[in-house]
Amino acid sequence: MFDILEVLFLYLVFPGFLFSAVVGLLSCWVDRKVTAKVQWRVGPPMLQPFIDIIKLLGKEVILPRGAYKFSFFFFPLLGLAGITLVSTMLWIFNVFPDKTFIGDLIVVLYLLMLPPLSLILAGFASKNPLATLGASREMKLMLSYELPFILAIFTIVAKSHSLLMGNMVTVQSTQGMYLLSASGIIAFIVALICIQAKLGFVPFDIADAEQEIAGGIIIEFSGALLAIYKLTKAIMLFVLPVFLITLFLGGINVFTLWGIAQFILKYVIILTLIVVIKNTNPRLRIDQALRFFWGKVTVLAVIAMVLALVGW
Amino acid sequence: MKRLFRWALKRSLYVYHVGASACNNCDIEILDLLTPKFDVERFGIVLVGSPRHADVLLVTGAVNKLIAPRLREVYEATPNPKVVVAIGTCPSGNIFQDSYNVVGPLDKIIPVDIYIPGCPPKPEAMIAGIVKVLEKL
Repeated sequence: MFDILEVLFLYLVFPGFLFSAVVGLLSCWVDRKVTAKVQWRVGPPMLQPFIDIIKLLGKEVILPRGAYKFSFFFFPLLGLAGITLVSTMLWIFNVFPDKTFIGDLIVVLYLLMLPPLSLILAGFASKNPLATLGASREMKLMLSYELPFILAIFTIVAKSHSLLMGNMVTVQSTQGMYLLSASGIIAFIVALICIQAKLGFVPFDIADAEQEIAGGIIIEFSGALLAIYKLTKAIMLFVLPVFLITLFLGGINVFTLWGIAQFILKYVIILTLIVVIKNTNPRLRIDQALRFFWGKVTVLAVIAMVLALVGW
Repeated sequence: MKRLFRWALKRSLYVYHVGASACNNCDIEILDLLTPKFDVERFGIVLVGSPRHADVLLVTGAVNKLIAPRLREVYEATPNPKVVVAIGTCPSGNIFQDSYNVVGPLDKIIPVDIYIPGCPPKPEAMIAGIVKVLEKL
């Protein structure tokens, strides 16, 4: 196993906090730039997300009157810590597949639930009516997308006959990626749609709809708290595509230059897909989103599951 | 450290738009700044939905009795350091200033950093005004 210094390095520098924050913020810039290009604008310079974070760290942090101090400050940090841990774990399973342990996929699924959950709690703690509204919407959205998301992930479990992520990576490196099978591609589409909702991007930005509830959960966040929120979102934008690559697109091979190039290519393709979906769809209402996820998307996920069990 | 924060603040302004009983003319001109022709996101200027996220308050309109307490509240809700920009002729006194429901020029209610006159001011004038504020920071 790892000793304590190694663990700290893995968690805080590479592939944990520092690395995923830098790549996540760069992906944020890609998102903003592509959005600007779609709207025939020029868009922000490359370092803009970093400058935003530095500026927000220098601003005053306001505790709203009547808010719960502990929950308001603690839960955004918890979400950031959780998503950083996911990033660290994913990279370790990809680089050293033998470090995997039984049920690590379930741990990752739970940890991916942590950022939205902690943001819901922080939103309720801020005691703003609009934040409460946003938090309740986020909760409903979570209930709706988790079912098809877990079904899609368990399609891969059915195909690989194991709950070990390291095992999935090694199997894919010898037998080809799971995306190239009928059940794999359906499950991938389902997971991609669910990730759009997990990121809170249009058409599923119901929880922080800026035009109707003025930011929702984050309405009372100022200064460093907003910076933490933005960092969490940026790291999620990096980690969730990596999660998809690990499960569906054959993992990451960091030992050859071609492997790294392949990873970057896959990551950019998934990121572009997400941003294009974001820019070509209007926002759904929460009841429409619920019907969409529990109806069509779940049916698709069940079809993928059945196909995987049949052996396609 | 302080210089770093100031450097970052100049390159990433989050703007909150307060309509203090305006006629909607200046508001539309403000939205022009975000369109492809001017595109102020090039300089990191973004419109935000909550005063808690904002660095700059853009105030438009002749301030009336109804909006004045709310305006003070919005000003207090904005975290420091903050800048108040008065857009248009109305906030600095105009033909409406003797009306029974107008409380008066904006600087009676909250401190103002810069006035950008015009009815409405041109988008170019607004960008020039913002640049002057940045020099003051």
